[in-house]
Amino acid sequence: MNNFKERAMKLVFILCACTSILAVALICVFLFANGLPAIGEIGVADFLLGQTWKPGNNIYGILPMILGSIYVTAGAILFGVPIGVLTAVFMAKFCPKKLYKVLKPAIELLAGIPSVVYGFFGIVVLVPLVRDLFEKYDVSGKGMLTASLLLGLMILPTIVGVSESAIRAVPENYYEGGLALGASHEKSVFTVTLPAAKSGILAGVILGVGRAIGETMAVIMVAGNQPRMPKGILEGVRTMTANIVLEMGYAADLHREALIATGVVLFVFILLINLLFSAIKKRSDK
Amino acid sequence: MMKSEKIQKINKISLKQRVKMYAHSPLSFILLLLVAAAAIVTTFAIIYMIGYILVKGVPNLSLDLFSLHYNSENVSLVPALINTVIITFVSLLIACPLGVFTAIYLVEYAKRGSKLVKIVRMTTETLSGIPSIVYGLFGALFFVMTLKLGLSLLSGALTLSIMILPLIMRTTEEALRSVPDSYREGSFGLGAGRLRTVFRIILPSASQGILAGVILAIGRIVGESAALIYTAGTVANVPKDGLLGSGRTLSVHMYVLANEGLHIDKAYATAVVLLAIVIGINALSAFIAKKMSKG
Repeated sequence: MNNFKERAMKLVFILCACTSILAVALICVFLFANGLPAIGEIGVADFLLGQTWKPGNNIYGILPMILGSIYVTAGAILFGVPIGVLTAVFMAKFCPKKLYKVLKPAIELLAGIPSVVYGFFGIVVLVPLVRDLFEKYDVSGKGMLTASLLLGLMILPTIVGVSESAIRAVPENYYEGGLALGASHEKSVFTVTLPAAKSGILAGVILGVGRAIGETMAVIMVAGNQPRMPKGILEGVRTMTANIVLEMGYAADLHREALIATGVVLFVFILLINLLFSAIKKRSDK
Repeated sequence: MMKSEKIQKINKISLKQRVKMYAHSPLSFILLLLVAAAAIVTTFAIIYMIGYILVKGVPNLSLDLFSLHYNSENVSLVPALINTVIITFVSLLIACPLGVFTAIYLVEYAKRGSKLVKIVRMTTETLSGIPSIVYGLFGALFFVMTLKLGLSLLSGALTLSIMILPLIMRTTEEALRSVPDSYREGSFGLGAGRLRTVFRIILPSASQGILAGVILAIGRIVGESAALIYTAGTVANVPKDGLLGSGRTLSVHMYVLANEGLHIDKAYATAVVLLAIVIGINALSAFIAKKMSKG
């Protein structure tokens, strides 16, 4: 009897472990089964490289959205990575203990704030700020620059967190060796510790890229969302994520499938980023 | 203690020495400035964002914002709050057993280097990297359309339960691994079977770590919006037909308010409530983690 119970429960545990496999399989099957036929119907080249998105005229080119996602993410990296990595250096090597006790939870809180709250902050603070800063260009304030700024802020906690633990994982005697050779505290940190933590920091950056490219609600609220080729950093852009949310509500037939196909492209992007992330992490663990 | 203080004193550099050092090596000084500037920017961003929302939002908190039913005049957030609680509860009900049992299998049962473990790990990592809008799409295709659950709290909760599964699994796994092997040996030594050891010895000692993970998962559910718009829908009241009716959670409510732009003052107040919940959840999980590290 006891033996039976042991075996039955073991089976239950194994079945539970299989749910995540089942979930990934289902997600792949449903996305690809619903998205790929549309790509086939529109034509791979027309879909991925088409520069116009006009569902009304049955023209479905998502190049503007792909570029929009890439540009906005690149902008977020541009703002978020330098500040994030330097903040991580501060947290790991410069921060007084008392300040650390306040700053660390504050940064963790930043990671927990919902994206709609970020988006709202973007609408009420960043959009007017950008509009006023570039008043002479007469812009709405919603656009690539604003979205990049906001996303940069959003990926900050990810980058700070991962980079900080990467820096802390570098053995202290590396740093002490630097000091012993006559380097100052700063030089030793930047020329010895930081290069040794390189791949951990890179993993954090890639994690940030994944977050930025997948972010939806906050971007919709500040990016302007015009479905056309990106024109300039102050002009509105639409990302792949925004495309799905904005039109899914009323889309039908091929239009709907084209949106799901947009999701497929996004999914493939994310899978590639994840692959890169685990490859780099494996290297840094060694 | 005395000794280390003394050593610290010997190692202490006076301000004068420090100025001299930086004059000798301006690059170090520039690096110091850069690091300090980044830290200040980050701190400022946190304080400004949270402060701005609190200062603008708290005066807008009014009683009719908390009336039991939503209408376009009071823009009450209570129905959304109730929906959030329902969705959180159902998602946890599904994801917790699955996540915890998976972790038990990985830590207590699986053999080293087993193929299944590798695949499970890979798929969980994939799941944790998928953006919420892709979950939303999947939920709309699978739960809403294929399983014909419609736009409903249940569809939303099912979608979110997949989303938080990797989080619960990972934190539980860490908690189980931190239980010392001597506990297991002691239990086996007293003649308990594997199952009894897991449920009587290991799970209770790991309970705080699991709880911290569950709280983090609650935080994610509360903050989620992209995965819910096309699964749970955006109806502003608590659905009458229970789990099978459509309803919006607090985050979705906040998104609709901010996007409509009609009730910006109410949106501020809603943001405050959302922020307060998130801060509360964070504090709770930090408190548990602290208690845990003290043993």
